[in-house]
Amino acid sequence: MKKLLLTTALAALATGAQAEVKVGMITTLSGGGAGLGLDVRDGFLLALAQSGRDDIELVVEDDQQKPDIAVQVADKMIQSERVDVMTGIIFSNLAMAVIPSAVNQGVVYLSPNAGPSQLAGRGCHPNYFNVAWQNDNLHEAAGAYANTAGYSNSFILAPNYPAGQDALTGYKRMYEGELAGEIYTQLGQTDYAAEIAQIRASGADSVFFFLPGGMGISFLKQYADSGVDIPVVGPAFSFDQGILQAVGAAALGVVNTAQWSKDIDIPVNQAFVESFQAEFGRLPSLYASQGFDTANLLISALEKADPSDNDAFRAALREADFDSTRGEFRFGNNQHPIQTIYAREVVQEGDVFTNRIIGVALEDHADAYAAECQMP
Amino acid sequence: MSTILIIEQVLNGLQSGVMLFLMAAGLTLIFGVMGLINLAHGSLYMVGAFAAAAVAGVTGSFLLAVLAALAAAAAAGVLVETLVIRRLYAADHLDQVLATFALILIFSEGTRLIFGSFPLYLDIPSWLSGPVTLPGGIQYPLYRLALIGVGLVVAMLLWALIERTRIGIQIRAGENDREMIAALGVDISKLYTLVFALGAALAGLAGALVGAIQSVQVGMGEPVLILAFVTIVIGGIGSIKGAFVGAILVGLTQTLGSVFLPVLFRLFLDPATAMSLGASLANMAVYILMSLVLIFRPTGLMGARA
Repeated sequence: MKKLLLTTALAALATGAQAEVKVGMITTLSGGGAGLGLDVRDGFLLALAQSGRDDIELVVEDDQQKPDIAVQVADKMIQSERVDVMTGIIFSNLAMAVIPSAVNQGVVYLSPNAGPSQLAGRGCHPNYFNVAWQNDNLHEAAGAYANTAGYSNSFILAPNYPAGQDALTGYKRMYEGELAGEIYTQLGQTDYAAEIAQIRASGADSVFFFLPGGMGISFLKQYADSGVDIPVVGPAFSFDQGILQAVGAAALGVVNTAQWSKDIDIPVNQAFVESFQAEFGRLPSLYASQGFDTANLLISALEKADPSDNDAFRAALREADFDSTRGEFRFGNNQHPIQTIYAREVVQEGDVFTNRIIGVALEDHADAYAAECQMP
Repeated sequence: MSTILIIEQVLNGLQSGVMLFLMAAGLTLIFGVMGLINLAHGSLYMVGAFAAAAVAGVTGSFLLAVLAALAAAAAAGVLVETLVIRRLYAADHLDQVLATFALILIFSEGTRLIFGSFPLYLDIPSWLSGPVTLPGGIQYPLYRLALIGVGLVVAMLLWALIERTRIGIQIRAGENDREMIAALGVDISKLYTLVFALGAALAGLAGALVGAIQSVQVGMGEPVLILAFVTIVIGGIGSIKGAFVGAILVGLTQTLGSVFLPVLFRLFLDPATAMSLGASLANMAVYILMSLVLIFRPTGLMGARA
């Protein structure tokens, strides 16, 4: 049944004899990061299917998490398939390779995940909309949460690459206490014994880490087994629905920050969680909610204007006149979200590990780069 | 920097070294005996981890999971050797690299087809979890101690196999002169399959053991593969003893480098620069070690081959 629904939806999208709007989605569907792209795609597809519109043609391509492939696919989509709107990229380094040139060629880009600071400040563009967050946001929220929780001596670590440096900067922007230690780990590192030993010896009262994907799974399992019991906070990326089952009980009780959670108690979110689960047989993740919101933003704008009328279409997007799964959603002057970021706690429901909101970390939060953005 | 922390870090370095040895041993055997560069060795590591996670998920037994990892990786090794690798022995190294690179892609996407795109769960068994207190008051995870133990035992068994058994003699002879042992009536193609399966099983074992404290996901073998190649270059290609020494050296260099280089730089640089410079240099440390070894001993520490 669920296969059938998806197939008909895809068929409706693909036939598109009368298709008026062409959407190109470049996302990561193979390799280690495939789970993220899959969730964004499925969330997006679900929203399209639920809208019942048959005038949107969606082209999905895999970027293999490689910037050069992403650029090739983007060129093909823009030049030969002539897409009106693009979306889908997960990783910031790929986003930086594709988006600046795409938006300069007149394509509207809606980011369902990556939010590099370069595109939020001086590099902002009228054709670029971020529907997820600016990269620093969830880390800033973690810093704010640390203050509320009364932490005053944090040990912080992140991989040594631009998003990792942004993460530590974001945390420190909001966090008011002292630092017991600050470490850059290797990107893709799988063994954290050395770092955990340093945490143990540091006398910290809290640990903040940004280790997306498999790195976070490794860290949490090893941390839980090490006997160190200093509380941990982090952004939602290491505690997402897709990877929590792989971490298991090691993540229980950890506080993480996110703009979405499956228990946000508003009808649109509950309906989304239910229909996603019915359609795909798994709980939606943060990424799935972002894909879903991105598609709904697009649909809301298409109801008001046609992409060929660029100014009207962008004005319609800026209004963000759609029901977001995360509740209140609006764009700031740099077309990045101003939104509430929650603190969540990892809990076990039956034999499934998931998150529950325990409070608000930052209310109506905009990003730190908006002031530098001068839209032409 | 306390003594306790230093001892703990040395243990960490040893532990990552012996696990690296399991990978490097297979790689160096396969290269030494058959002259084959096997880029797909990391995929066999992944096969081991996935098999272990799948069996542990169904049976709940870690020992069964490890056995399954050994069996699955060895079976995958035999399959790959008879179907693909066998055609490559006479080929140029570049062809071998190309074909085994294709195998990486096939294994990765095949695993994704079977198990999906999300990481699997594999945990430490309860009887090995948690920290133990060592003499001197060092808190150290029991599982990592067990890994060091298993690694050393496997190293010893492997040494005994190579030095003390008939098969070992054939393997050593195969490294030295392929044509001659074929002429002496040893079934060389069966020997090759056996060596390949042995190497694969070791990689699978490492995958399962390490998978319990890391993330079992597609592509997990590639970072280890790179380190394993560095290890066998340092140790001397084809030498099991060299692989052992190289693996311990790489494990210690990597662990101690990442801890102590930033501390060292802090003595004469401001903390922020010291941290980022130290982290970058720690990433390079094993490659610097490899370059130094290559400058002074171009055939590696224990390598005989010119």
